[in-house]
Amino acid sequence: MILMENVQKSFDDNHVLRGMNLEIPKGTSMVIIGGSGTGKSVGLKCILGLIKPDAGRIMVDGKDASKGDRDKFLARFGMLFQGGALFDSLPVWQNVAFRLLRGSLKRPVEEAREIAIEKLRRVGLKSDVADRFPAELSGGMQKRVGLARAIAAEPEIIFFDEPTTGLDPIMSGVINDLIREIVVEMGATAMTITHDMSSVRAIADNVAMLHDGVIQWTGPVSQMDSSSDPYLEQFITGSAEGPIEAVR
Amino acid sequence: MNLLAPLGWLGRITFELLSMFGAVSLFAARAISHIFRPPYYPRELMISLLNVGWLSLPVVGLTAIFTGGALALQIYAGGARFNAEAVVPQIVAIGMVRELGPVLVGLMIAARVTSSIAAEIATMKVTEQIDALVTLSTNPMKYLVAPRVLAALITVPVLVGIGDIIGIAGGYTVAVQNLGFNPAAYLRNTVDFLEMRDIVSSLVKGAAFGGIAAVMGCYYGMNSGRGAQGVGRATKSSVESAAILILAANFVLTGVFFSL
Ligand SMILES: Nc1ncnc2c1ncn2[C@@H]1O[C@H](COP(=O)(O)OP(=O)(O)O)[C@@H](O)[C@H]1O
Ligand SMILES: [Mg+2]
Repeated sequence: MILMENVQKSFDDNHVLRGMNLEIPKGTSMVIIGGSGTGKSVGLKCILGLIKPDAGRIMVDGKDASKGDRDKFLARFGMLFQGGALFDSLPVWQNVAFRLLRGSLKRPVEEAREIAIEKLRRVGLKSDVADRFPAELSGGMQKRVGLARAIAAEPEIIFFDEPTTGLDPIMSGVINDLIREIVVEMGATAMTITHDMSSVRAIADNVAMLHDGVIQWTGPVSQMDSSSDPYLEQFITGSAEGPIEAVR
Repeated sequence: MNLLAPLGWLGRITFELLSMFGAVSLFAARAISHIFRPPYYPRELMISLLNVGWLSLPVVGLTAIFTGGALALQIYAGGARFNAEAVVPQIVAIGMVRELGPVLVGLMIAARVTSSIAAEIATMKVTEQIDALVTLSTNPMKYLVAPRVLAALITVPVLVGIGDIIGIAGGYTVAVQNLGFNPAAYLRNTVDFLEMRDIVSSLVKGAAFGGIAAVMGCYYGMNSGRGAQGVGRATKSSVESAAILILAANFVLTGVFFSL
């Protein structure tokens, strides 16, 4: 279980998170929605310790995330970065198998390559991309390689930062199904950031909406449509009218 | 009030310089400590050895040969004013080995290696590749910084040694071809005149300058600001400060080796 309590983070005078509270039970899929620039990615990075919060507490399975063995902590996580963040000095398969080629999860090279190709197949990429370099792929393909890398070592907790942005509708469907599968079959805990309401409905057990640095609304996906929260309503309908200012 | 303003300004600059110096020193100490602690990344080290050492050879060779040649011409012309043309081999040897070899190689490495390290690591930083490394349980100080610094510490002294030899060869060629020196006598004078201390100082300077060049590239890359502008700024600052630190370190090391 992941627990965020009153997490705050500012960059100079830009107060991004102003007291974020969130609970993600083990083995469930949480989807975070919210306007761009509201701090969704910053929230994920705080949990991983890539950004140090100014205040608040983050607990993973009852233990403070900022204390204890970092390597052991991070070995439980997989993360898809918003921009893919592939290592452009390495071919695609070595990106996917990065964890399997070194450190505590190291395996023989052939086995690591086989796993990489299998994961690439699961995100809809053929084995001929394995030996290409990330810069030779389209944005959507890079995103899927990033996804394959995030799931390669079969982590218990997986973060997906906008997994379907930049993908065509059919591929988005494939990725949504994959994320759902990972949670249901592998029992992983997932946290996904997305703007895509069809993704939300396909992936989420629970939904949380971040606005103005706090979680404005959170609840099971089934209650999302019946909620009367004006912020959530405006986001779901995509209306320019409402409490969320759409600056033009 | 107004009279004291420059003082406050001076204080702030001094403070910033000192805290910057502290941060860089701390970074260098961490980088070096990571060289000695596992996990090691031999593949990254091999790539760095290739980039810093092998691929720098043409630049180093060209710089040294032209400098050695020009040096011989200048010393001959200057020496002729008081009938001391004969000192060309000795002065070329001392000038190349003690000063010009290490300094010019150091500056070329700052231009070639510091800039490419800073730009590469800064780009990795702004595209979240550094964050990705960390989440994949890989310490960027070990995976990116340590191999580059170690490669520079190993290869730059070798490059300086090669630069010294090529520089002397450049002086020799000019002296023998154009200035009428006897080849055998030129070589004997060079070898007899150089002391162990000259050569050791040259190689020590090489290691120091190599370390400075790699550390500055890594430091500015790892601390890059956001976006393309951040990468540009990191690259520029890394080369500037590496060059200045190399020249300052040269002054200090020359003092240590030759005035004590
Ligand atoms: N490393 C950083 N330094 C300074 N500002 C940052 C940094 N990371 C994010 N921000 C700022 O924090 C805010 C939230 O960013 P982000 O979490 O990426 O938004 P999103 O909700 O779209 O994922 C933005 O205003 C962004 O400019
Ligand atoms: Mg984001």
